[in-house]
Amino acid sequence: MRQWTGFLTIYWRDMLRFFRFKTLLFSSLVQPALWLAFFGIAMSANFARLSSGMAPLPGIREVRYLTFMAAGVIALTTLFTSLFAGIVILFDKNWGLMREVMASPLPREHVIVGIGLSGMTKSFIQVSIITVFGILIGVEFFSGYTAVRILASLLGMFLFVGIFSLGFVFLSSAIAASLESPEGLQGIMTLLSLPLFFVSNALYPAAAFPPALNALSAANPLTHLINGVRYFTIGPDFQVIGVHYAVTVQDMVLSLGVLVAFAAAMFGIALWRFGKAVVT
Amino acid sequence: MESPPIIEVSSLFHSYGETEAVRGVSFSVREGEIFSLLGPNGAGKSTVINVLITLLPLQKGTVTIAGYDLARDPAHVRRSIGIVFQEVTLDRDMTCREILEFHGRLYQMPGAERKARIEELLALVELEGKADTLTRHLSGGMKRRLEIARGLMTRPRILFLDEPTIGLDPQTRRRMWDYIRAVNGEGTTIFLTTHYMDEADSLSDRISIMDHGTIVTTGTGWELKNRLGEDVIYLETSDNTRARDVLLGVPDVGDLGEKSHGLLATVRKDGTFLLPVLIERLNSEGIRVNAVNLKKPSLDDVFVHYTGRELRDEGRGQETQHAGTAGGRSK
Ligand SMILES: Nc1ncnc2c1ncn2[C@@H]1O[C@H](COP(=O)(O)OP(=O)(O)O)[C@@H](O)[C@H]1O
Ligand SMILES: [Mg+2]
Repeated sequence: MRQWTGFLTIYWRDMLRFFRFKTLLFSSLVQPALWLAFFGIAMSANFARLSSGMAPLPGIREVRYLTFMAAGVIALTTLFTSLFAGIVILFDKNWGLMREVMASPLPREHVIVGIGLSGMTKSFIQVSIITVFGILIGVEFFSGYTAVRILASLLGMFLFVGIFSLGFVFLSSAIAASLESPEGLQGIMTLLSLPLFFVSNALYPAAAFPPALNALSAANPLTHLINGVRYFTIGPDFQVIGVHYAVTVQDMVLSLGVLVAFAAAMFGIALWRFGKAVVT
Repeated sequence: MESPPIIEVSSLFHSYGETEAVRGVSFSVREGEIFSLLGPNGAGKSTVINVLITLLPLQKGTVTIAGYDLARDPAHVRRSIGIVFQEVTLDRDMTCREILEFHGRLYQMPGAERKARIEELLALVELEGKADTLTRHLSGGMKRRLEIARGLMTRPRILFLDEPTIGLDPQTRRRMWDYIRAVNGEGTTIFLTTHYMDEADSLSDRISIMDHGTIVTTGTGWELKNRLGEDVIYLETSDNTRARDVLLGVPDVGDLGEKSHGLLATVRKDGTFLLPVLIERLNSEGIRVNAVNLKKPSLDDVFVHYTGRELRDEGRGQETQHAGTAGGRSK
């Protein structure tokens, strides 16, 4: 007997836990929005003062720094949420239900897919909240778009967020399946996320990077997610604090391709690590 | 009439790297019986059970469970068995009902059947009142009962229990035995491991004693005790070493085991009449007898006979260890 829907069991249980504790849920949803509000508004004021002497490039749409940064906050939130989504596996191994799952007929790839989808759902919920909240505090997303174009842009943004999220949930699942205990987990996650964060254009333009960093940035999935989110929420051609951003449809196809390849590779690694895991 | 075997294990080996935890174990369990693997901490009981329930790979040996070959058909084995693990395997943040619901979904039980079975099992283990309580708020005994209920969700033919009453107080242990007997009464074969003599003795139809990775003897509790001889005489003397030589010279004295402060003689005659003879013999050699005890053999004696060690003390040692790791979640 094959179980095509087995992953839904894992998904159901993980979402059950996500919605169980209201204060935890509330803080995880409100935190990125608050970050956007305080950090974004403060930085916006700074950048506005710094660039007040510069003349904007003529003929190119100019957006506020807050708008530019909002896309970065969306991407970073997705990164952190996804990186922590796989950790339930480690806790289940040590104190939870992993023994039961491992001794059940559920194929192991379903565990990975189930955790991947619930991590993706959490990211979607957070991204939705940041987007709505951002627009409320003055982020110029979808400005001048028709309803149809907004819908299409949302679909595009969620496609990028979803695939990126899956990739990082799979990565964190692979790490969680390999570790014996939660000690060191925090360190590994920080070691992973900080370079990704700094070698990306999440909060500041990457144009000023030296060539080596630029190459790294091009290989960074986070950069591709951010490019995608900006493409769909702001547009293909704009300037912010004097830096010109222009991307083509081909660039977006390439970015999507990188994210899909990354997610596929991480799924393979997670499957491999999970196959090796013995829980007794 | 003997029932056909529902579990057959032959020449099972398992090692963790250099550690040979299981070194050639063979036994069979009959359909409908309660079978115990009895042995001290570290004997290899959990390793055996974890291989049988597919948590550990089958390294060497053949195992057939419910008619399925473990090596070729682990998926069918998984569907035929229920498991209660040695360590608590629950999610603190889920309710009793959700724990059972998750298990039913994991095994693809249809929704209606799942719901009916959950109510039935909560009633069986008397947790109806706790159905919507988070498992973090359950007592140790309640957790165990919930885990038994979960093991029975899919109506398995065999229920495996690894140390089902470890860390529970004596009263709760007795109740747990009643649940296990009730489950067995419904026709489920029970395979359990334990390091408690009384548990193996009072629950099981048959017992295998395991030590250092091998099974040293198998039989019903009654068979094991009778195999030792008739009665057991315990003696504490002023000189146990010399007393040992004297006693070995008495033809009716069979095996002689050493305990911490005395000697344990298995005798082939009615001990009531032999005991005065033994005391006289020792006195005449100038050995004073300080304390005596006469009893029919217990499972403890069987254990000492086959392993040369006492199980009780190790059992106690482990108990305090478990009290130390409050919550009983860690290894
Ligand atoms: N994961 C493991 N890695 C290495 N050695 C182990 C592991 N699990 C058990 N052992 C060793 O194997 C032996 C048998 O252990 P176990 O099967 O747990 O015995 P029991 O359940 O009878 O207490 C012990 O010596 C134990 O230390
Ligand atoms: Mg054990």
